[in-house]
Amino acid sequence: MSHPTAPLRAPLEIEFDYTRSLGPVLSQFMAALAERRILGARGADGRVHAPPFEYDPMTASPPRELTEVGPEGTVVSWSWMPEPLAGQPLAEPFAWALIRLDGADTAMLHAVDAGSAAAMRTGLRVRPRWTARPAGSIRDITCFEPCDGPAGGTGGTGGDGDAAAAEKREITPGMTITPVRLHYMHTASPGESAYLRGLAEGRLLGQRCGVCGHVYVPPRGTCPADGVPTSEEVELPESGTVTTFCIVNVGYPGQRVTPPYVAAAVLLDGADIAFQHLVLGCDASEVRMGMRVRAVWGESGSISHFAPTGEPDAAYETYARCL
Amino acid sequence: MSSEVAVVGFAQSPCRVREDATTSGVEMLVPIFAEVFGATGLTRSDIGFWCSGSSDYLAGRAFSFVSAVDAIGAVPPTMESHVEMDGAWALYEAWAKVLTGEAEIALAYGFGKSSGAELRRVLALQLDPYLLAPLWPDSVSVAALQARLGLEAGRWTEKDMAEVAARSRAAAMSNPDAQVSGSVAAAELLARPYLAEPLRAHDCAPVGDGAAVVIIASAARARELCERPAWISGFAHQVDSGSLGARDLLAVPSAAGAGRAAGADGVEVAELHAPFSHQELLLREALGLGEGVAVNPSGGALCGNPMFAAGLARIGLAARTVMSGRAGRALGHATSGPALQQNLVCVLSGEAS
Repeated sequence: MSHPTAPLRAPLEIEFDYTRSLGPVLSQFMAALAERRILGARGADGRVHAPPFEYDPMTASPPRELTEVGPEGTVVSWSWMPEPLAGQPLAEPFAWALIRLDGADTAMLHAVDAGSAAAMRTGLRVRPRWTARPAGSIRDITCFEPCDGPAGGTGGTGGDGDAAAAEKREITPGMTITPVRLHYMHTASPGESAYLRGLAEGRLLGQRCGVCGHVYVPPRGTCPADGVPTSEEVELPESGTVTTFCIVNVGYPGQRVTPPYVAAAVLLDGADIAFQHLVLGCDASEVRMGMRVRAVWGESGSISHFAPTGEPDAAYETYARCL
Repeated sequence: MSSEVAVVGFAQSPCRVREDATTSGVEMLVPIFAEVFGATGLTRSDIGFWCSGSSDYLAGRAFSFVSAVDAIGAVPPTMESHVEMDGAWALYEAWAKVLTGEAEIALAYGFGKSSGAELRRVLALQLDPYLLAPLWPDSVSVAALQARLGLEAGRWTEKDMAEVAARSRAAAMSNPDAQVSGSVAAAELLARPYLAEPLRAHDCAPVGDGAAVVIIASAARARELCERPAWISGFAHQVDSGSLGARDLLAVPSAAGAGRAAGADGVEVAELHAPFSHQELLLREALGLGEGVAVNPSGGALCGNPMFAAGLARIGLAARTVMSGRAGRALGHATSGPALQQNLVCVLSGEAS
């Protein structure tokens, strides 16, 4: 299956906890959920919205007061989820439902733990199943369950599908945290793939544009100046010039080099575009525009960093066009 | 300032799952730019304004649209913009640029690698971030809630939905860019299992990757670029509430409003962006399309729905029926958000107003 020129592919996992302020209306709504109460808001037209609106859809005014609804309600529409996806409220097959809570005129979307599609119907009476560990989020309702079923169901994936993460999280009034985890299959372009394969062999590969003659490293596949495909492969030397740089003084989680250190734009000899890399092997204060540097290879087919060669600095004119 | 702007060129890539394509869109865009420039005789230096539609959530990285700019050749610097929406909204921005005289010729493009992640799950992130997205309601399940409301209200049957799918697939047999096509009876489709009851696989657009490009020009330039330009006689977009449970999911007021504002009356062809079978039925009604209107002669989004390009492609396909003389008046529609939340209508005419 694997062909030496096929683009490289690899799983890409992205995780981020979105921390959001709730504002005055949703703060009250979430605080009430922690007390196992559900709040709605009465609009100018007299209809009760649950969950509450932040601004009245008719008048754009904030709600005057919030009113308790439910907690039981009636299914208005539903769909069946035979194979739940990561992060959804239940790991076993369940129904998504629009639920009109008693006393409300609008519906709320949530999961219903009905056991089977045959047990679901529009008009079904449901009640919330509350989490044991409220976190100030809509996930404080684990799901809904049929009113005519046994109470105290225990199914549910927790706030984010990870009970341990939910447990260590503290409730901050007025804030809510939503963990987002996405899974991609990332594909490198043919040019990037050739570049990465070259690195594994200790070679630096670029591409030349057939129109303007510029050499791009890493290869881009397309000349960004001319918008035409680039296919001529060019091997470049390990030496280059610092065109510009900055000194990193700020620490961050996962940082591999202790600040202060230099992140620089390095223009390889024969290339027409600089790329960013570390310049180590000298005091950060010694790095300067025009400094000549050479690649220092790491163990796993990649460049660890660039280090000064000790040659005289390159003349400004030799790299000015790449600034 | 002239109020006359016309579509003068359109191209799209075939909708396919492309394991070997990056999320930057460059590989899909370079060939269709070459195609549309070849057809119009334009070069990139003729384009006064570029606007793209794409999404970082599809790409799995920030500022992903910047990589796509490689495909347009932006040296020397050019006037360029981006919307985190379907390319149809990029075309709307481009149309405004030409209307205001800031550009004579503008190019809009949209691209999406829908297959890079689990699309229906990624689309949960377009929902209300406080009350909905933390539950990860996927796009298919949300559409299924809308479909059931219509079924139980007697607005349509599962057979009606299957007939939309069967007719779309048959129409797509003459569309080489379609991802799904074929001759299949509605009864046969109805025998297949549910994907998200009440939706079956045929009720849902396939997941596919693709790109589309449309070039528009002012009246002064359109006639020299195209024998029969597709004049934009109306262009409007509207949005409904983001609160899924508070809006009437069977009403689609934003589609009806955009249709009225754009002047949808009297069209002969309509390319509707309906990623779910029942949504075509909702849109036909909201836009007031009668029996005589040819709906989705391309097969529609049910036969190929490259995210962030499919709406723009609907406008391009509608324009193509006018440019080729097959229709005097055609409509292109695009949707965005859950359960037809946001809708755009572009009406194209063979006659300048």
